[in-house]
Amino acid sequence: MSNFNASRRRVLKTGAIAGAGVALPTIFTASSAAAFTNEPTGSSVTLGFNVPQTGPYADEGADELRAYELAVEHLNGGGDGGMMNTFSSKALQGNGILGKKVEYVTGDTQTKSDAARASAKSMIEKDGAVMITGGSSSGVAIAVQGLCQEAGVIFMAGLTHSNDTTGKDKKANGFRHFFNGYMSGAALAPVLKNLYGTDRVAYHLTADYTWGWTQEESIAAATEALGWQTVNKVRTPLAATDFSSYIAPVLNSGADVLVLNHYGGNMVNSLTNAVQFGLREKVVNGKNFEIVVPLYSRLMAKGAGENVKGIHGSTNWHWTLQDEGSMAFVKSFGTKYGFPPSQAAHTCYVQTLLYADAVERAGSFNPCAVVEALEGFEFDGMGNGPTLYRAEDHQCFKDVLVVRGKENPTSEFDLLEVVEVTPRAQVEYAPDHPMFAGGNLGACNPGA
Amino acid sequence: MDAILLQILNGLDKGSAYALIALGLTLIFGTLGVVNFAHGALFMIGAFCAVTLQRILNLSFELVDETQKDFLGNPLKVKTPYVEAWFGPDIGGSIIDWAVPLAILFAIPIMIGVGYVMERGLIKHFYKRPHADQILVTFGLAIVLQEVVKYFYGANPIQTPAPDALNGVVNLGAAIGMDIVYPVWRVVYFFFAVLIIGGIFSFLQFTTFGMVVRAGMADRETVGLLGINIDRRFTIMFGIAAAVAGLAGVMYTPINSPNYHMGMDFLVLSFVVVVVGGMGSLPGAVLAGFLLGVLESFASMNEVKSLLPGIDQIIIYVVAIIILLTRPRGLMGRKGVMEE
Repeated sequence: MSNFNASRRRVLKTGAIAGAGVALPTIFTASSAAAFTNEPTGSSVTLGFNVPQTGPYADEGADELRAYELAVEHLNGGGDGGMMNTFSSKALQGNGILGKKVEYVTGDTQTKSDAARASAKSMIEKDGAVMITGGSSSGVAIAVQGLCQEAGVIFMAGLTHSNDTTGKDKKANGFRHFFNGYMSGAALAPVLKNLYGTDRVAYHLTADYTWGWTQEESIAAATEALGWQTVNKVRTPLAATDFSSYIAPVLNSGADVLVLNHYGGNMVNSLTNAVQFGLREKVVNGKNFEIVVPLYSRLMAKGAGENVKGIHGSTNWHWTLQDEGSMAFVKSFGTKYGFPPSQAAHTCYVQTLLYADAVERAGSFNPCAVVEALEGFEFDGMGNGPTLYRAEDHQCFKDVLVVRGKENPTSEFDLLEVVEVTPRAQVEYAPDHPMFAGGNLGACNPGA
Repeated sequence: MDAILLQILNGLDKGSAYALIALGLTLIFGTLGVVNFAHGALFMIGAFCAVTLQRILNLSFELVDETQKDFLGNPLKVKTPYVEAWFGPDIGGSIIDWAVPLAILFAIPIMIGVGYVMERGLIKHFYKRPHADQILVTFGLAIVLQEVVKYFYGANPIQTPAPDALNGVVNLGAAIGMDIVYPVWRVVYFFFAVLIIGGIFSFLQFTTFGMVVRAGMADRETVGLLGINIDRRFTIMFGIAAAVAGLAGVMYTPINSPNYHMGMDFLVLSFVVVVVGGMGSLPGAVLAGFLLGVLESFASMNEVKSLLPGIDQIIIYVVAIIILLTRPRGLMGRKGVMEE
């Protein structure tokens, strides 16, 4: 009897362990045969493109998807090869990745963190995606980056500008090609100094979430270093549509510069409202009132129309750049789709090629091998000059563009003009810079 | 003092939009007893009537200009709007410039038609169903409508400017020696809203049709027993309510560039306005619209936000709770109206 009891206990114990194992999401497990999560075993490899297909950034997401499709076409040897011809690394041969044909699945982030995680999880678990990329929001990027770290796949971020993505929320499996709030401040400050001088009073309106906070901190620090005062920093609800009641106090604040830390619909509306209230015609402290939009997007600038004219900001890339890589990409994209690519499309296209190239150079899809290949990788020919993927935080360092709303656009795409290409050295910072403190890359996770 | 007056103006301006939408909602609820969650979508469709007319007026023919190049280095196709070709650059340009005011005429028949089809095609089947069913079906309809608009117009905001003559600012305080600079179009929007609200009240108060509708709102059954086809009149009122929401949307486009989601942004606020004003009370809806607009503006002031951080995000709901606790029927709701 006692023997039976002991045996039963063992059976129950074993069953419980087995049950717990089965109950674990498959995302955190792998077959014993696989060396890492979703190791490609057939003749193809699947990438997961997680972009906003619905919601307020759907147009930006559609442009990202176009870029991904173009990148897949080029990787598989189709089209004219685009930036593969100008990329300094010559590991990619146009025969897929490591000889495997590149296939892809898409997910809809809806620009919501939970939806983005769910779609990324589905692409990893059900579709076997070995890499996830995309997104048009820092909140989404940080959420999906965390998921990819846990799941043991690589995350190549799309459009995310918050310092936190490669700051306090950085992860070993995550990489960002796009620039960030600090870089915007570092690039804009000298231009603002030349244009508006050192004796200015700034008023910030800031979208009340992670991206807005870090951009506000970065721009305020950069302009205060010039000698500017910051008279007020006002947080505005992300859901706000009419900013008139936030603009009105600016008129009597003594400020002579309004900094709009807004993106997307918020930027369109706040800038439109500011211009409506006559801020640009105002003279304060004996100086013309100025408006600054630190992060510009051509797609969004279109919504603000004539209101962007003469307004300065920064951008990661612009289709009018005349370097070989940019021209090759614009030609490929423009020929295929009939209009020039956005900065979101550019960063997504480049990220896909960079991932594929890293796999080729590493000779493996193993995330840890890819991480090793990308860390400290120096490259050129991708549109932003010589670029470094810094090992310490997985942030790309490259030239940043300062742009201005064009006074006399010649077409519906010709909304911004490049005022200055800020050299990489000017936007670099130490890995332990206080604005990026608090995070830890941790170790790469291969998943299996 | 200037700042306070400015926020009052802002509040009245915001309140104009709330009041116009809430007025339509109340008209529909008061006549048909339907909780119409698709009403915000009607506001959005109105705005896109302006966008559509702007695009129609900008329909262009292309001429290849060999001297200029496009972004791919091919000869540039220069677009010239047909309107400018037909009427000359000056008159044609003016017609395009005045697209938004002209869209009022364009939107009225379209919105009445949309309202009629919506009521006859879908909502009439839910008159005798519980309010929860009505909310579900109209909310679903709102989502379908916004997705349809997004399919054709995209997700990004579309700039729809006011005519040049009505752009810019005006100093409303000049007469009293103060400096109260305010956008001209927002002043136009406020007076437009007052005109529409006045028109609706006059229509209901001084016409036989309006008298019958008011009688029907008070006692639908008795009016029906008198041999009056009250349903037909209520259908027309649905169309009028749709037109009011649509016109509010048309005139709102220069204030904020329209996007497919703008109806949803206003919907919840407008329902709060209706409830605060008193269900079924037209004056209540208008009063609450302006009141909540002004309170929302004051809550955005830095002095208020420094005392109560985040108050600008919740003020409307706080006020709604206080009013419903102290006056459960809302500001102007009457006993017995819309109560089972």
